[in-house]
Amino acid sequence: MRRYVIRRLLYMVPTLFAISVVAFLVIQLPPGNFLTAYIAQLSAQGQGVDSAQIRALEERYGLNDPVLVQYWRWISGIVLHGDFGQSFQYHREVSDLMWDRIGLTLVLALSTLLLSWLIAFPLGVYSAVRQYSLGDYAVTVVGFVGLATPNFMLALIFAWVSYRYFGQSVGGIVSREYADAAWNLGKVLDVVSNLWIPVLIIGTAGTAALIRVLRANLLDELRKPYVTTARAKGLPEWRVILKYPVRMSLSPFISTIGWILPTLVGGEVLVSIVLSLETTGPLLVEALRNQDMYLAGSVILVLGALTVIGTLLSDLLLAWWDPRIRHPHVERV
Amino acid sequence: MGALPDRPAPTGREPAADPAATGTVAPGRARTAPDLPQRTLVWRRFRRNKLAVVGVLVLCALLLVSVFSEFLAPSTPSAYSAEHTYAPPQRLHFVDTEDGFDLGMYVYGYQVERDPDTLANTFTVDESVKIPVGLFVRGEPYEMWGLFPSDRHLIGAADPQQRVYLLGADRNGRDMASRLIYGTRVSMSIGLAGVALSFVLGLVLGGLSGYLGGRVDTAIQRVIEFLMSVPTIPLWMGLSAAVPRDWGPVQTYLAITVILSLIGWTDLARVVRGRFLSLRQEDFVTAARLDGCGTGRIIGRHMLPSFTSHIIASLTLAVPFVILAETSLSFLGLGLQAPVVSWGVLLQEAQNIHSIAGAPWLLLPGAAVTVAVLVLNFVGDGVRDAADPYR
Amino acid sequence: MVTHTRDDVVLDIRDLRTYYTTDDAVVKAVDGVDLTVRRGGTLCVVGESGCGKSAMARSVLRLVDPPGEVVGGRILLYPAEGPGEPLDLAALRPTGREIRAVRGRDVAMVFQEPMSSLSLVHTVGDQIGESLRVHHGVSRREARKRSVELLERVRVPGAERVVDSYPFQISGGMRQRVMIAMALACGPRVLVADEPTTALDVTTQAQILDLFADLRHDTGMGLLFITHDMGVVAEIADEVAVMYLGTVVEQGPVDDVFHDPRHPYTRALLEAVPRMGASRSRRLPTIRGTIPDPGNQPTGCVFRTRCPEAVEGLCDTTVPPVTAPGPGRRVRCLLVGEPVPAGAAGGTGSGANTGAPAAGARPQENTPNGEEAPDAD
Repeated sequence: MRRYVIRRLLYMVPTLFAISVVAFLVIQLPPGNFLTAYIAQLSAQGQGVDSAQIRALEERYGLNDPVLVQYWRWISGIVLHGDFGQSFQYHREVSDLMWDRIGLTLVLALSTLLLSWLIAFPLGVYSAVRQYSLGDYAVTVVGFVGLATPNFMLALIFAWVSYRYFGQSVGGIVSREYADAAWNLGKVLDVVSNLWIPVLIIGTAGTAALIRVLRANLLDELRKPYVTTARAKGLPEWRVILKYPVRMSLSPFISTIGWILPTLVGGEVLVSIVLSLETTGPLLVEALRNQDMYLAGSVILVLGALTVIGTLLSDLLLAWWDPRIRHPHVERV
Repeated sequence: MGALPDRPAPTGREPAADPAATGTVAPGRARTAPDLPQRTLVWRRFRRNKLAVVGVLVLCALLLVSVFSEFLAPSTPSAYSAEHTYAPPQRLHFVDTEDGFDLGMYVYGYQVERDPDTLANTFTVDESVKIPVGLFVRGEPYEMWGLFPSDRHLIGAADPQQRVYLLGADRNGRDMASRLIYGTRVSMSIGLAGVALSFVLGLVLGGLSGYLGGRVDTAIQRVIEFLMSVPTIPLWMGLSAAVPRDWGPVQTYLAITVILSLIGWTDLARVVRGRFLSLRQEDFVTAARLDGCGTGRIIGRHMLPSFTSHIIASLTLAVPFVILAETSLSFLGLGLQAPVVSWGVLLQEAQNIHSIAGAPWLLLPGAAVTVAVLVLNFVGDGVRDAADPYR
Repeated sequence: MVTHTRDDVVLDIRDLRTYYTTDDAVVKAVDGVDLTVRRGGTLCVVGESGCGKSAMARSVLRLVDPPGEVVGGRILLYPAEGPGEPLDLAALRPTGREIRAVRGRDVAMVFQEPMSSLSLVHTVGDQIGESLRVHHGVSRREARKRSVELLERVRVPGAERVVDSYPFQISGGMRQRVMIAMALACGPRVLVADEPTTALDVTTQAQILDLFADLRHDTGMGLLFITHDMGVVAEIADEVAVMYLGTVVEQGPVDDVFHDPRHPYTRALLEAVPRMGASRSRRLPTIRGTIPDPGNQPTGCVFRTRCPEAVEGLCDTTVPPVTAPGPGRRVRCLLVGEPVPAGAAGGTGSGANTGAPAAGARPQENTPNGEEAPDAD
């Protein structure tokens, strides 16, 4: 088990490195940089641009250095000093802008994951055990629709309904009165009360997918001979199902955390924009639009790193859950 | 020890449970499953799945709409009318009972009032004005497939001077129905093109990975694992943001297609690889190899045909993902750009809560996305289940 | 041959019918089977794949998977001691409490594939002790202790270690021993073994067969052993029943049946067994054709489509009744002579009775237990 953990940890290093390269390349790709965008903006407003000032800015941000040098400066700053660089647009430290929002994204993604599981588990089991029952059909149809509707559509519909029928404009995880308050119980409760709707909306597609995965797995497992063996011992049916096939079908279910996290983080982006939540999504879109490269690159890097860590956790959880992974070498007694 | 002739029956379930095997019964000798060609069997099983059959019909309708958009649309996506800003949908009446009983389609006109302060139009149905609606009418001129100029539309106001909004109008008084129809073409085609490109990538890389194994396999698997561990939407967003703004609509369209398939090929590659790995050990592949078939022939003649259905299923299931991705990107303003009309571009109009509050029909492209994704899933599931009798 | 009394019977299967109903057809996997398992005795059911022997085995504990269903007959389980009314398992609800109380406690089952029939994510000890915990409510610790004892009893070396390992960590033979230990946990009166040695290599198979023989001797439980292997039958059985397409075509004491097979199918099966010292030049005979589609059974005698001796106009029109050509023997063949009174040795074989089918060949009253044999159709 310890060797497994170490191997998995070592795997992370090249992956994280690759993510950092991709993140950096992505923000280098667009022709021009923040300055050209800035200059274009200034000239559009009819302001002259002082070429000396431009050179000073280029110098300051090292925009004319080779890409490799720029990458090294950026990544070494992060790794050695936790310094993610400066946001051109906000003229502030990227770290100041980013961490609060990443925290909220994380809270949102984890609550969504939890809720998806809570909903998907009983429905998936029910749907498989009572295959072709009315309830199964209902779950399947609702699941399909949930899977097919883009999350931001749901957010739009929700926004429209709450505006139309409740006269409320949605928006924000943190209510206005707590906006500048330090974290305390009241603020936490406030966040929770604002959180559940976005969580539901972001979670729909993931939940629907989980239900279908669990149902399919469980249907496969229910027909396996070991289920009959368990029945032949005289166990009550529910105990047979929960102890054996459900346990087996949960293995692929656990490994879904690995791929559900990236989707949650991605889905969150769009929903947050529609519901104007203060998460990383809107920040990233703004940064990309304005070629605010260090900000955009850092957000992509941190989100990528978080996903990799999530995948690691799900793999470890799986190893704990499934002895076949824990004991990879078949030792014959 | 003498064993009776024993068919391999590892599950211990003895009677043939496959309904196809006990289906048609000829006297003397049962016509069992292996007698029928695989294609017939797959089709027979597919037809039993009602949802999948409905899915195929709706899918065909969507494809027809994509092909004949110009003719089917009552207008063109760019024809605007300032006085019809956010005009609500008009109900189509088929029978005129006002004086007697007249067959014939018509809609009622609008009574427009402009708020002097906000300049917003408010529309009320004006039952005194009837706008006759006809089939194969003349209307906005267009070029069919960019080749044949015409001005015939399947449906529209009988008088070319009048305008009909069956699904309402947008901010510029453009006809939603027409925009939705043109959007269907763009969104469906980008889904198909993206998947086609992913398919080539996935088939080549997955096939290489599965067939060659060894170091090639490990390398490709690492790349796939990496791409799957990255949150796709931020990556897509980053790549799409790199598409220059001054590119023309066609260039942008192609660029977005490439970006979508660059990340979407991984799933297909995994499916292909898995199939190759399991098939490599099958007896008939070994037999072909022992017969002296070359690698190309083994793959092309022996392995590919045995999983075409699975590939079709995976492809069908991949299309909705590309459609959803395109919609999401365009919705954010990072994907296709106006004047190209896709479902995602159309939904940009619905981003503002005040627009949807006044004109909920702006959400219709979202409904189109849902329907398209739904039917593609039905069809894909149907094909997959039909292709695999042992599930 | 030991003479049996009524008290010896632990499991009595009468006219059992298990059908699989699909949209297209009704597959009669088990179609009117009579079998008797005695205390300390071994009844082997032998037949090709698809003859319904597995469905029959599963029917005993009502473990047939849908769309299969026990649709008729009786499965009488006799109480452990003394007189007392037998329990008809066929009349119970397949998911009910009563049948659950029987499963694993009175009747236990061993399956063919130990790898897939054991859960790979639960320890061996957990799976063995489970029926003890369910039926006798013993503690976890006690269950583990008993599991070790059971593993030792089925001669698993290093039982203390094996009890905490997972099935994928031990060899196939050990896994099958684990399955047997699991079945023995509550000391059942009847053990149903569904091809328990098929998935094993020959040496392991022999060891497992020895184990079965010893256990039966030690515990006095009745063994219903399903196999497709005549060699296994010769080694382990007291009585044998040959199944073909859902019906028992011949049954009786194993020596009698092997030395004087009456049904053409039984003969063909025995001839298909290779023998030491037989002439090398002779090709091993095979049974022509394959087993017909169970959803589309032949008219008349089920075996006639493959029978070398089938008589046109008789075998394809008349369902053969049960005849008793010897003590404790029963055959379903129109070509086997008139039933012979109990005690008299075997009949004349085939061809004697072609003129007088069903009516004259009604089974006699003196079948082994002295009770009435059921109708043939």
